[in-house]
Amino acid sequence: MALKKHIVDLQVVSREELGDRFVLLKCTDANAPLPPMMPGQFAQLRVDGSKETFLRRPISINFVDLKSNQVWFLIQLVGAGSRALGRLQAGDLLNALLPLGNGFSMPVSADTKVLLVGGGVGTAPLLYMGAQMKLMGMKPTFLLGARTADMLLQLEEFQKVGDVYVTTEDGSAGEKGFVTQHSILFKEHFDRISVCGPSPMMKAVAKYARANSIPCEVSLENMMACGLGACLCCVEKTTKGNVCVCTEGPVFDINELTWE
Amino acid sequence: MANLSTNIGALQLKNPVMTASGTFGYGLEFEDVVDLTAIGGIIVKGTTFQPRQGNDYPRMAETPSGMLNCVGLQNKGVQYFCEEIYPKIRNIDTEMIVNVSGSSPEDYARCAACINELEDIHAIELNISCPNVHDGGMAFGVTVEGASSVVRAVRQAYDKTLIVKLSPNVTDIVSIAKAVEAEGADSVSLINTLMGTSIDIEKRKRMLSIGTGGLSGPCVKPVALRMVYQVSRAVNIPVIGLGGISSATDAIEFIMAGASAIEIGTANFLDPAISVKVAQGINEWLDAHNVASVKDIIGVAE
Ligand SMILES: Cc1cc2nc3c(=O)[nH]c(=O)nc-3n(C[C@H](O)[C@H](O)[C@H](O)COP(=O)(O)OP(=O)(O)OC[C@H]3O[C@@H](n4cnc5c(N)ncnc54)[C@H](O)[C@@H]3O)c2cc1C
Ligand SMILES: Cc1cc2nc3c(=O)[nH]c(=O)nc-3n(C[C@H](O)[C@H](O)[C@H](O)COP(=O)(O)O)c2cc1C
Ligand code: FES
Repeated sequence: MALKKHIVDLQVVSREELGDRFVLLKCTDANAPLPPMMPGQFAQLRVDGSKETFLRRPISINFVDLKSNQVWFLIQLVGAGSRALGRLQAGDLLNALLPLGNGFSMPVSADTKVLLVGGGVGTAPLLYMGAQMKLMGMKPTFLLGARTADMLLQLEEFQKVGDVYVTTEDGSAGEKGFVTQHSILFKEHFDRISVCGPSPMMKAVAKYARANSIPCEVSLENMMACGLGACLCCVEKTTKGNVCVCTEGPVFDINELTWE
Repeated sequence: MANLSTNIGALQLKNPVMTASGTFGYGLEFEDVVDLTAIGGIIVKGTTFQPRQGNDYPRMAETPSGMLNCVGLQNKGVQYFCEEIYPKIRNIDTEMIVNVSGSSPEDYARCAACINELEDIHAIELNISCPNVHDGGMAFGVTVEGASSVVRAVRQAYDKTLIVKLSPNVTDIVSIAKAVEAEGADSVSLINTLMGTSIDIEKRKRMLSIGTGGLSGPCVKPVALRMVYQVSRAVNIPVIGLGGISSATDAIEFIMAGASAIEIGTANFLDPAISVKVAQGINEWLDAHNVASVKDIIGVAE
């Protein structure tokens, strides 16, 4: 069943710079409990005071803490919109439309071995996914990739939740290379894989999953205008034709996609 | 509380604020965050006789105060609409209006005839102005002959309120408006999007999959407002104004220019609840200025 969507004026509780290219915003709703949100869902954040941009920006739910009534957003500073969001300070308001889209499917049995693979800022939704699994009594395995050690984000948070394996392209942390080359994939068997990251990485993991007959979900980042299934701008080609990533996704089973 | 009701031919709207086709889905997509019954009318997604897949991704590019889109009329066809969507929306307590498109006058008429059978749909909006498809769409809306031929065919197949949506991509929009009026249109709505493009300088390539797209949002408002002013003074049928409206002030400008009702499009993406806020804002303005009815300010701008 779809979770009810809300428009809320969140308040930024804290702003942390993670290296010089990422900002972590921890936000709260000062007036009411935050609505329920699922791992893999996202928010459309309004970008105020930015002359270059016009539309909202889709950003994943990075973490939800019911006790402190907080929702976190991890933002990579790439262009004008993300930079404007990254300039928000504690106390500022952030208008959010949330929760949107369908999340990752949660494993039903505690014996299911789930591998969560993230690349770059694509690790963002996996933290919440792993935390929810832990609450359900499971121990997720994370495989996180980045170009360099300083681009590995929130490692301590991931370590609180599950087993963490790391690759970097330059070898400055963990194993050198891409996530699909990590030794854990050759040592252990996983029952399912959930992936979020740059599209070449997701395609490589999808290929690995297919070759090993492991069910696999990926989270897509198509450009969005409405986030509600109204504008039809965010479509992806699937076995069912063009579908909206914002409402049918952003998480898709790889068998639904027409990736080669 | 001022009287906000307004008429489009035989259609009575509870307030002059509608949502524009292609920007508000079937309304249902927005029901969590906005009270649909407080909207004057909802113009649903562009519908064609046959299903269409639309254009390839990327379908949008942003501008500093608007956006370009080249969706290209993706929809599952009129039969799917009648069987699957209509039962879900027919009881929403507002006017549900279907936006109809096609690739030939006969194609438009076939689609309109199907919708004519739907008891709870009291009006259609003919899109003869889509800039994003090759076969039809804007091709009809840019000449007097093309526009007339579509409206003539549809008028024979459709006996309820017929609104014709005009393209701004023409030299003389007034002559097109007059031509569709002469063919029996009950109202004209304007404007559809303005054709534009944008370029990714790193890739040395146009951003949209088909190269061009339709521009919408606050940046088009002055052009739209000028056209509404001109057209409303040249025709005797009610005019529906749209293009860049994102506040009650914008809406009142269009009404004073001559619009009997307005539509809100792209602004729904920034604030999904904007239509209800604009309706409330019009009411507040009327009350503050001791105007009893919104009809009293239609076309009052000199
Ligand atoms: C479901 C989803 C979840 C996402 N989660 C995160 C996240 O948790 N953290 C994060 O940093 N980023 C996330 N992104 C990507 C993020 O939305 C874009 O990086 C951001 O919109 C770029 O905006 P900009 O103005 O900074 O860059 P721009 O200069 O506008 O563009 C830079 C690039 O960003 C992408 N982009 C631009 N506008 C949009 C848009 N409206 N929608 C989607 N992509 C766009 C394009 O690929 C573009 O080439 C997510 C995207 C989606 C669709
Ligand atoms: C993403 C998108 C899809 C649209 N689809 C349609 C459509 O199917 N039929 C139509 O007549 N107009 C369509 N339009 C045009 C709008 O209904 C409206 O005429 C235009 O956007 C100008 O109004 P605005 O500036 O308020 O958005 C679309 C516009 C956008 C932005
Ligand atoms: S972003 Fe509008 S339909 Fe997905």
